Amino acid sequence: MQESTAVAATEEVAIPFAVEMRDITKTWPGVVANDHVNLKVRKGEIHALMGENGAGKTTLMNILYGLIHPDSGEIYVNGQLAHITGPRDAIRLKIGMVHQHFMLIPPLTVAENIVLGHEPGSVRSVYDVKKAREIILALSKQYGLPIDPDIRIERLSVGLQQRVEILKVLYRAADILIMDEPTGVLTPQETFELFGVLRGLAQQGKTIIFITHKLREVLELTDTITVLRRGKNAGELVTKDTNQAEIARMMVGREVLLRVNKTPAHPGPVILHVENLHALSDRGLEVLHGVSFDVRAGEILGIAGVEGNGQSELVEALTGVRKITSGKVTITQVKDGQAAEPRDLTTLGARAEREVGLAHIPEDRRGSGLVVSDSIEDNTILGRQRWPQFSWRSIVLLLRTIANWAKKLIAEFDVRTTSVEAPVSSLSGGNQQKLIIAREFAAEPIALIASQPTRGVDIGAIEFIHRRIIELRDAGKAVLLISAELEEIRSLSDRIAVMYEGKIVDIVTPEATEEQLGILMTGGHL
Amino acid sequence: MFFQVLYRVLTSADLWQAALVFGTLYLLPALGGLMSERSGVVNIAMEGMMLTGAYAAVATAEATKSLWVGVIGAMIAGGLMALIHAVVSINFKANQIVSGIAINIFALGLTNYLVFIQTQGQGLPSLPGALRLPTISWGPLANIPFLGQVLFQQNIIFYVALLILAGIQFLLFHTNIGLRIRAVGEHPQAADTAGVNVRLVRYLCVISSGVLSGLGGAFLSLGIAGIFSSNITAGAGFIALAAVIFGKYTVLGTAGACLLFGLGNGLAVRMQDTGISPYLLGTIPYILTLIALVGLVGRTTPPAADGIPYEPGTE
Repeated sequence: MQESTAVAATEEVAIPFAVEMRDITKTWPGVVANDHVNLKVRKGEIHALMGENGAGKTTLMNILYGLIHPDSGEIYVNGQLAHITGPRDAIRLKIGMVHQHFMLIPPLTVAENIVLGHEPGSVRSVYDVKKAREIILALSKQYGLPIDPDIRIERLSVGLQQRVEILKVLYRAADILIMDEPTGVLTPQETFELFGVLRGLAQQGKTIIFITHKLREVLELTDTITVLRRGKNAGELVTKDTNQAEIARMMVGREVLLRVNKTPAHPGPVILHVENLHALSDRGLEVLHGVSFDVRAGEILGIAGVEGNGQSELVEALTGVRKITSGKVTITQVKDGQAAEPRDLTTLGARAEREVGLAHIPEDRRGSGLVVSDSIEDNTILGRQRWPQFSWRSIVLLLRTIANWAKKLIAEFDVRTTSVEAPVSSLSGGNQQKLIIAREFAAEPIALIASQPTRGVDIGAIEFIHRRIIELRDAGKAVLLISAELEEIRSLSDRIAVMYEGKIVDIVTPEATEEQLGILMTGGHL
Repeated sequence: MFFQVLYRVLTSADLWQAALVFGTLYLLPALGGLMSERSGVVNIAMEGMMLTGAYAAVATAEATKSLWVGVIGAMIAGGLMALIHAVVSINFKANQIVSGIAINIFALGLTNYLVFIQTQGQGLPSLPGALRLPTISWGPLANIPFLGQVLFQQNIIFYVALLILAGIQFLLFHTNIGLRIRAVGEHPQAADTAGVNVRLVRYLCVISSGVLSGLGGAFLSLGIAGIFSSNITAGAGFIALAAVIFGKYTVLGTAGACLLFGLGNGLAVRMQDTGISPYLLGTIPYILTLIALVGLVGRTTPPAADGIPYEPGTE
């Protein structure tokens, strides 16, 4: 709070804030999402709204945009008290929001998506295709955001879809742009372009509120920072006077180790061998066109790639959830540097693969990693309920043993909960993820497939999960890491395989730059 | 013998005229269902809305001695049934299939009950000619061989339905309102954040499905049958639903599907002198429906948000 007074004193007090939110409180059943939160954003600046997951960033912005109604608090826009009861009010106040999950309608055209709700002419009139096209072309020229107005959204790349979202906001003449985690889905090049666009908009006098939890982006792009922690203001900072460590400490509330500490790998024999793997997508089209790689004992192989290039299907194929149409997968037990006979995994189902010693952290922890409505103790034996120590003849569960097992795991893996009988849904995202990791690591696997292991997880938990994965590597296991976060891939992996359109296009060392990886990820060559 | 009859039937103007009559009967509720589904509300209650409309048409026409008041009464009654569906599925976010089933059962019980207390169980009598929807004969055009009988000597509602067909095609794909309807059916969050009133759009679309189904019901009781009897719709609303799906949620596809099902119905009526059991022939439209759904179309994709209640502020 000290910083904020310091800033205010040096600025002209007469100019009202573009946005000022005072004492905003919003309670969901059982959670206080926003607890007397204050936010002040000056006109023409790029302001970062930071915080861990569940800190209340998106809730606060949804309140500003009228999607959620606060229990109490006031909003001032350009110094005027504003009553925002829905997005229509926000749009009238020239507030625009680019949502984390794009608000675009795939079968409609770019033009239709942009003008929707504010079509040229009156509501009752005929849809004027030509006029809409003209307006959009003019707008795209004015802001330097080229786009084809007649193409359907479903045919655009994610980066271009985001451009449509920005144009949509500009079409509504917004002066205040809220960007909710805009870089999560972008390639490094697309992120670079986006930052250029946002700087240009700020120069033209637009005010930008940039929601993120990525420290580097904030330092690169923004002017000022508001940090939220557990629904409360944790502090306000001026970007040029701060650093990553200070922001991280403010977000988490304690010192955080940002760098991953790891020693050089000592790869042993090949454990996981994947050869010319082919598989079909849900729609019956081939998505894996001959994927081959090896993961050795004591090594982390990272798979980088823009989401949707077959990574998810690869993981499913390897873990026995998706049928392998051709190719081969084997796993080899390694003891004291000695490899046993390789075992063929190609046709095994998920249950058999677990028995062989393959552990799996699925990308969607709530969808396929946990049964969130069930208790923590039940979830700690999920997939291993037939093991003799947990059930009598695989029929009757040994409840007391399971409870003790669960207690041991949550202590060892620092899963914060009041009771092992509580449903998993009562845990935070980070603790849910730690629970999965506890379960998978406790099975003493030969190899681990970790898919987006820190997605939507707080900085503190990320630190813990990364350390655990490295420990597993150092214990001589093979780790396959799939992540959309390039930083994570680069800091954890010993080798990086880049996936593009269902193929491994190259395998590089972690010294490769983000730019080089970005080129490979979009189909280029080094 | 069988094929000779089939050939004679298929080339007769009577068959095609009947096909268009039944096609119209399916088309009106189908267009209504299409509006509702396009806005993202699953509607399987056209059957019940039609049945209510069919009864209300007869009841109000009899009471006011006016044919057109009867037609309007049918549309209002259908619209009111749809309003129930709208409130239940849009405001209360209940399961839309269950709501639809409930309305269908409710409509059957309600109309049976009203007929019973009105006539002490005797059943309603046939309507006098003045209270029946007239057939329009287009002067010299009506005398063209074959086409004259098929196209230019049809019930007035046939021509009304054609106008509505064209109107809805234009509304959905060439107007700002249509853009909003399609947007709401595909991605209500996106529409809401763009400033579209999702609830209003859905309400209007669901109610229009009831109004059109009610008109279809009036066509059945005041036009085709000239009487109201228990469960007179006999599944026509469900065939309309199938037509929407078979037509891949497009206006013209739906119209084509209605024509096909109407043809099946016409065949069932006209093939009776082949010696095939009329009960068996009566199943032709329904068998066609099944074949159409599983065989010819394969998977059709409904609007992405069809059947999912909208919760503001969720993603």
